[in-house]
Order: sequence, then C-alpha cells, then structure tokens
Amino acid sequence: MRSVLPVITVLGALIAIWFLAVGPMNIRVSLDMAERSGATVLPEGSVERRSVSVWKLMAQNSAHVSAGYALDRPRLPTPVQVGQELWKTTGAMVMRGRAWSKRSLIYHGWITLQSTLWGFFLGTAIGIAGAVAIVYSRVANMSLMPWAIISQTIPIVALAPMIIVVSGQLGVDGRGFPKAIISAYLCFFPVLVGMVKGLRSPQASQLDLLKTYHATSLQSFLKLRLPASVPYLFTSLKVGIAAALVGTIVGELPTGAISGLGARILIGDQFGTPLAIWSALFAAAILAGVLVTLLDLVQKTTLKRMGMQA
Amino acid sequence: MSVVTANGLDLTFQTNDGPVHALKGVDLTIEKGEFVSFIGPSGCGKTTFLRVMADLEQPTGGSITVNGVSPQEARLARAYGYVFQAAGLYPWRTIGGNIRLPLEIMGYDKAEQAERVAKTLDLVDLSGFEKKFPWQLSGGMQQRASIARALAFDADILLMDEPFGALDEIVRDHLNEQLLQLWARTEKTIAFVTHSIPEAVYLSTKIVVMSPRPGRITDVIESPLPKERPLEIRDTPEFLAVAHRVREGLRAGHSYD
Repeated sequence: MRSVLPVITVLGALIAIWFLAVGPMNIRVSLDMAERSGATVLPEGSVERRSVSVWKLMAQNSAHVSAGYALDRPRLPTPVQVGQELWKTTGAMVMRGRAWSKRSLIYHGWITLQSTLWGFFLGTAIGIAGAVAIVYSRVANMSLMPWAIISQTIPIVALAPMIIVVSGQLGVDGRGFPKAIISAYLCFFPVLVGMVKGLRSPQASQLDLLKTYHATSLQSFLKLRLPASVPYLFTSLKVGIAAALVGTIVGELPTGAISGLGARILIGDQFGTPLAIWSALFAAAILAGVLVTLLDLVQKTTLKRMGMQA
Repeated sequence: MSVVTANGLDLTFQTNDGPVHALKGVDLTIEKGEFVSFIGPSGCGKTTFLRVMADLEQPTGGSITVNGVSPQEARLARAYGYVFQAAGLYPWRTIGGNIRLPLEIMGYDKAEQAERVAKTLDLVDLSGFEKKFPWQLSGGMQQRASIARALAFDADILLMDEPFGALDEIVRDHLNEQLLQLWARTEKTIAFVTHSIPEAVYLSTKIVVMSPRPGRITDVIESPLPKERPLEIRDTPEFLAVAHRVREGLRAGHSYD
C-alpha cells in the first residue's frame, strides 16, 4: 500500500501536464471553428495563422482558449473527455445490457485478449522449448540463437501482412490465428532469452554435486535447472505478455481487421475520431496493466511457495 | 585395505598460456578410517587431487584407485559424499528437502528417505530445522546441512573441499569439534582440503603438505595426537610441534615465494 502514494503523485502530474497541453494543441482548431461561426480572430484566416506560433495565438485570442477543452474532434482530447468516452463504450453499455455490441470496447478488448493469450501461450511454449534446446545442444546454441536475435530486428509491421497473406493462402479462416502467430513472434524472444539464462544459472559446483550422485540428465534438468530458472521465467513472462499484446494490436492494424483494439485505433484514425483512438489506446493500456499485475501475483505466490522471497 | 592409492599421478591443464602442471608425480595412500588433510597455498593442486578422486577431473598420467577400482567406477557406485566450499543448498528446497535430494536421485523409497533425513539431521545437530528454508539458517548451519546431505546415503568416503573456508573463526572452531565427533561416530574416511594450519593439525590423523608449480606433495605427517581431541589440545607442545613441522614443510616447498 505504501506504493500507492508515489503512483498517484506521478499519475496526477501526468494528468496535469496532459490537461495543460490541451490548450496549445487545440487552439488552431478552436480558432477555425470560432471564425466560421462569425467571431473575430487574430490574425484572420486559417492559412495566415499557420505561420504564427500557438503561444502567440493563445495570447491574442485568450477568449477562445477554453473552447479547445470542449471540442467534438480535438487534436488532443482532455482526460475528462477520454474518461467519458471510455465509460460510454464500456460501463454504460454494460448497464444497457449491450456489452457485446460492436461499438463496445469490451467486445473489442475480448477479441484482442483472445489472440493475445493464444500468442502468449504459443510464444512461451516456443521460447521454453528453444531455450531447452539451446542449453542442451551445442548445435542449437550456435544455430538457433543468432536467428532468434535476427528475428527481432525485422519490423513486425512489415511482417504482419505477410503472415496474414500466407495464412490466408493456407486456407485458415478468420484473423485469430495469424494474429496469434504475430503475437507469439514478439512474445517468444524474451521468454527464450530469460529461460536460457535461467537454465544456465546453476553454478558449476551444483552440477558437479549432481555428477557425484550419478544423476541422469533428466534428473538434473527436473531437480536443478528447471526450478532454478523459475524466477527468470516469471520476469520474462511479464515482458512477454506485454509484447504479445503489442503484437496482437499490430496484427490488427494494417490488415483490414474490423474488430479488436488495433482495428478501433485504425478506424478512429480513418474516420477522424480522435476520441475513439484515445479510448482504444487506454483500453489497451489497462488490459496490459491487468495482465502484468495478474502475472505478478502468480509470481509472488509461486516463489513464496518455493521458499524464495519474490 | 587402503581406500585411496595414487602412484605417480600427473594432471596437466592445457591453457592459452601454455601447460599448467596442477599435479606432478603424486604418490599417496589413504587407509580406511583415516582423516587426511591437504594443506598448501593456492595452486598447489589440493583441490585438484580431491576432484581427481571424485572423478570430476581426469588425470593425464599415473594411476589412482578408490576402493580398489577407478574413480569413475567408485563414483558410479556412489562411494563418496562431496562437500563444497559453498554450501550450495537449493533455495527452493527446505533443509530436509535438500538432504533428501541425493536420496531421491538414488531411488530410495519414501519411508527410508524420511528415516535417513531424520538420522543425518540429528548427526549434524540440526533436528528441528527440517522444514526451514536455507535463507533462514546461518552460514555455519547451512554448511552443516550440506555435510548432512553428503552423509545421507551410505558413502564410506567423505571428500571436503574447504568446507569451513568462508566461515568466521569462532564458528569454525565449533564445526571442527563437531566434525571430529561425527567422524568418530560414523567411522568414515575423510579427505579434507584446507588453508589453515591449526585446522589441519587439529582434525587430521595424516597431514599432506603440498606446494605449487608444479603441484606436488612435500611432506606427509602422521599425527602423534590422540584420537580424543578437546579444543584445548591446541595449546599442548605436541600440537605445536606438528604445526611447526607443517609450517616447515610449506616453507621447504617455497610455497610463499
């Protein structure tokens, strides 16, 4: 509970900065609208104003600054506007019994969550399997590891459409599968790297000790390497699930998907509704926060049961 | 029957700076029930010799037998327990769980595991700590638990590589005394590597003095001290005479050049 106060303070500061930024960000739009409705604005004309700094515009037209905090299509919405939009597309729809409507962020969040979880499980499985191969096989260590690193240098935005085209060619219906693949593609890497480090974390003397017991390699894997890697695994899983969510959203962006948080962001952009973009963005952030917090709880309880302080 | 016999044992490590002679022409016999200390400065090969006995290093020349067979066969027959300088307990296992580790690997049944854990915990004076985790114990207690782990199965030989090297002197005195009692009760053969002259003289029936470059034996001292050794024995003339001879042996090997 002691961590609540610092978190609230930082959050408060961020919201304050955000609130202050709304004025200069929206001044041009509010001046355009004021001019159109017949008010006098200095200097006149949208084109003339382009060469004037926002600070000067605000000073010369201080009466119109407040209008920037209540626009329908602002450059930068206020925190209150985003909060209202979020409520309108989640809680308010639940109360009207329409939580699964296509306009509800709960519906879109659920679509994204499904792909994220599939991608997370797939990526974790691939990461762990790859790490075991790398630790136990010299050939895998020399051949797999460089490719794993190279794979992360390719921009996922370039790769995502190809994965969707290929899975379409293979006759896979729906977008869930290719999205999960893209998500797993981002997720497996932190798990792989963390598990390699974790499986190699036992000291030489601990491996020597097992040798003096004449332990089989399966025994030394199950009794030493695997439990020793658990703290490393959880750290990687937390990075991995955030990467999986990003992967899913990226998978929804350039691919013409119509549902999912990524699709909401893209549609909001195409239709010029910044509020939709921002509320989808916040929904994604909240989803990521919840997922990481859940993993953190699992980590704490697991490590506590294993006798290790988290 | 002698437990360990080494004849002209050589071990040379090939490194980037040329060959390093860790052991050269080592001849040694350890009899059953002896307490043998290996003393010498860093690089004299005392730990290497212990590791050769344990089949953790392969000699490059000469011969060595443990219980009349090769070190590898002795290892596969689980003839010895090994205690490292770091206790190396698994943090995710309780003290009891750590002692159970070799028993699980060697396939003892559950009832026998529990019985042996209780017995060895009693032997190292840690009864009542079975359900504690290693971080809840002091360094000295952790090292006792690691000795218990080495005693849990029926190995006749105990190989100890500076087990008390990282502990303070007060704890060390106490553990030395306990180790002698344990040795008397279990009648194991113990090979013990140390940096400390008083520790070597206090514990051993035989002291092997070694020197580096190349690693070799410079003196083997059969201790005239009685088997019954209170801590006060360290102030007797006999004790000091043995300690003096050890020091002479170290100096003769130019160990501290």
